[in-house]
Amino acid sequence: MAAKGDLLLEMSGVQKRFGGAVALRGTGLKIRAGEIHALLGENGAGKSTMLKILAGVHANDGGSIKLGGKDFVTGSPEASIDQGVAVIYQEPSLFLDLSLAENVFIGRQPKKGVVIDWKFAQSEAAKLFKELGVELDPKRQARGLSIADQQVVEIAKALSMNANIILMDEPTAALSASEVSRLMTVMRSLKSANKAVIFVSHRLDEVFAISDFITVMRDGATVSENPVEKTNLQKVIKEMVGRELNEMFPKTKNKVGEVVLDVHDLTNPAYFRNISFTVKKGEIVALAGLVGSGRSEVARAIFGVDKYESGSVTLNGKDLPKGSPEDAMARKIALVPEDRRQQGLFMIAGVNRNISMESFNKLVDRGLINFKRERALTNTWRDKLSIKFANQADPVDRLSGGNQQKTVLAKWLATDPDLLIVDEPTRGIDVATKAEVHRLVNQAASEGKAVLMISSELPEVLGMADRIIVMREGRQVAELSREEATQEKIIAAATTGKRGA
Amino acid sequence: MFANLKLSSIRRSWDTAIILLLALVLIFASATTGTFLTSTNIFYIFSNTSEIMIIAFAMTFLIILGEIDLSVASILALSSSMLGYSYVRGVPIWGAILICLATGTICGFINGYLVTKLGLGSLAVTIGALALYRGIANGLLGENTVNEFPSAATDFGLKSIGSTFMPRTLPLILLFGIFFALLLHRTPFGRRTLAIGQSPEAAKFAGVDVVKHKLIVFTFTGFMSGVAGMVYTFRFSTAQADNGVGLELLVISAILLGGVSIFGGIGTIWGVVAGVLLAGSVESWLTLQEIEAKWRTIVTGILLLISVAAPVLVQKSKARRERMALKKSG
Ligand SMILES: Nc1ncnc2c1ncn2[C@@H]1O[C@H](COP(=O)(O)OP(=O)(O)OP(=O)(O)O)[C@@H](O)[C@H]1O
Ligand SMILES: [Mg+2]
Repeated sequence: MAAKGDLLLEMSGVQKRFGGAVALRGTGLKIRAGEIHALLGENGAGKSTMLKILAGVHANDGGSIKLGGKDFVTGSPEASIDQGVAVIYQEPSLFLDLSLAENVFIGRQPKKGVVIDWKFAQSEAAKLFKELGVELDPKRQARGLSIADQQVVEIAKALSMNANIILMDEPTAALSASEVSRLMTVMRSLKSANKAVIFVSHRLDEVFAISDFITVMRDGATVSENPVEKTNLQKVIKEMVGRELNEMFPKTKNKVGEVVLDVHDLTNPAYFRNISFTVKKGEIVALAGLVGSGRSEVARAIFGVDKYESGSVTLNGKDLPKGSPEDAMARKIALVPEDRRQQGLFMIAGVNRNISMESFNKLVDRGLINFKRERALTNTWRDKLSIKFANQADPVDRLSGGNQQKTVLAKWLATDPDLLIVDEPTRGIDVATKAEVHRLVNQAASEGKAVLMISSELPEVLGMADRIIVMREGRQVAELSREEATQEKIIAAATTGKRGA
Repeated sequence: MFANLKLSSIRRSWDTAIILLLALVLIFASATTGTFLTSTNIFYIFSNTSEIMIIAFAMTFLIILGEIDLSVASILALSSSMLGYSYVRGVPIWGAILICLATGTICGFINGYLVTKLGLGSLAVTIGALALYRGIANGLLGENTVNEFPSAATDFGLKSIGSTFMPRTLPLILLFGIFFALLLHRTPFGRRTLAIGQSPEAAKFAGVDVVKHKLIVFTFTGFMSGVAGMVYTFRFSTAQADNGVGLELLVISAILLGGVSIFGGIGTIWGVVAGVLLAGSVESWLTLQEIEAKWRTIVTGILLLISVAAPVLVQKSKARRERMALKKSG
């Protein structure tokens, strides 16, 4: 076993091409035992590709990878596991009907003779959970576990397979603040067990809070490698983006007009009860709260993807029929959904096809889609949001995560809506584009649109919103004005239901 | 994600491949059989594939949506029977034709209604409908056949345009072909069809009325089966209850051969046209070689299996690694 600080993994000059597109052009990465290592870079810089090479999903085309001084075998997930590398995906796929212990030991059940020794599995799993500082019950079913807890189960599984290097690709993107701090606890436990953690994140405050070492990539190459003490936020951003970035949340003061959206006593007992609020012209209202507090469900009910039991939704003074996204769209509502892969995109369809999906009225000429206009529309939004792709017709599946998110945003911003609902709009988006998305949302508001924003990133909520409605377990527990809102107040309301100090 | 990606790019090359394959088959057939590329034989290939082509244009949309209609051949028979039944009872021929088309449309609507509004699976519903519509046709005509139709109608079914290789039904088929190709590839309706097939959930979030959309496609598949019923009736100058038995399998196999994914979401009209003509040419070549009908059926079966299995097998081997990775992660 490597001692703390020993060089564990050394990647140098690593290259990877996908067809004609170069994803990595000679990247280096040095990982030491007992270290939390952040891998940063803009969308499409090649971070996920690096991790996928280590995970055995892709084989590298060139360069060298040494693990403990020996050549690292790439291109096979089994080989990666054998070499002590484990991946924790952003959205783990546990077997929901099995217990946590069964999930940890799936495929490698400990045996006593021929029978599976569940007692042993359970006590082992319990021990692992304890080591990680999260006391989950190994006997409970995986169903109903939050994403954060599912990640913990995956990490326990990795430990049980003696992984030394744990890869996490944007593990916090789908987590709320309190879950993030718990994941950090887990990461610190891994560190003290002398494991190496490599993680990717676009939430730079977290990166500086937890990591020991930061490697920054740009355009498929490594641009800097520094211990965290030797660098800072501005420097890292400059290295990622290649230039200085000024204000992060360019909030403008808009003229607030009449009520656009009026939600009254909305109830769907499974998810939320008695939700009432308004959003006015030119206003940005944020729904804050923990993941699972019912925010997304409220948005979905307004847009009509889900039905609700009682209450009403009024748009510009007229009732909006329930359960009809077609009507919602016709009345100029846009919803940028939470889950881009399942809800926001047609993964095998081209970037152009995805972006134009809601804008046919602008593209159709005598009943037929005008391809020239479709190309122009795609180019316009590629430039506005700096979406990175090789060809317009490339399936969005080939885009990096952040560029997929930008594609969903483009598709809905292109509809020029009266009410823009955005659910985690900047999930997985890099700093520079995040600022750009914030600018676009602000601009939409200043043009007189009403904006309803759901976000788990408190700085984003505080920076963008005129008013903040906090939800907890399906209920509306607080409403804060921009002036009175602080991180502490929001967290207090979201976790205890009290308006906080 | 990788599996889908691979599947889609293979599919995309598949419908170009099928056009090349069609060209190869034509070259091979004409080289081995002198009578293959004669205008009479080409006339027969077009003629014999008329109904398959007509139904396939519409059914392509259904399969792209991730649905299927196994009752199309029964709809063909029922609408053909209605045509004959009403004509011998004194309805003028154009009126009988309208009744025939209306019958098809109604049958398609019923299928769509049962599938979408009651949420029943299209396989189960249309297997039932397959028996039901054929049964009604039997009740209507029994063992009888109607085979006196105005000569204008039967000429339309039987004759060629002048002394060319083109059947008189060809312009109608071409018109439908252009219409459905534009519908699928150039209109919002077509985009939504593909979208629903690729991800019903994302389609819902995109404001597509999935239920209404499917209902429309089922209905026009019924209508096109009615059109096929009319063409069939005039081509054989016969309206009877067992017209077109088993035709649904030929339609489905031609569509899959044409590169439409059985899982939905992927497909082109030109691929399907090539698929239908390929199946028709192979059939014709086997006939000219005087190969027995049962062997021809076997060949059709093999073609169907290849067209379903090949893309999946290629994808499986290529994406094995990626899928292993995903599984390992789970
Ligand atoms: N399977 C693939 N086929 C083609 N191109 C790909 C594929 N996977 C990644 N790429 C390309 O490689 C480049 C790097 O992608 P990667 O996913 O590594 O970016 P990333 O740094 O993780 O970005 P993000 O922050 O958006 O997640 C991108 O330009 C992407 O389009
Ligand atoms: Mg990524």
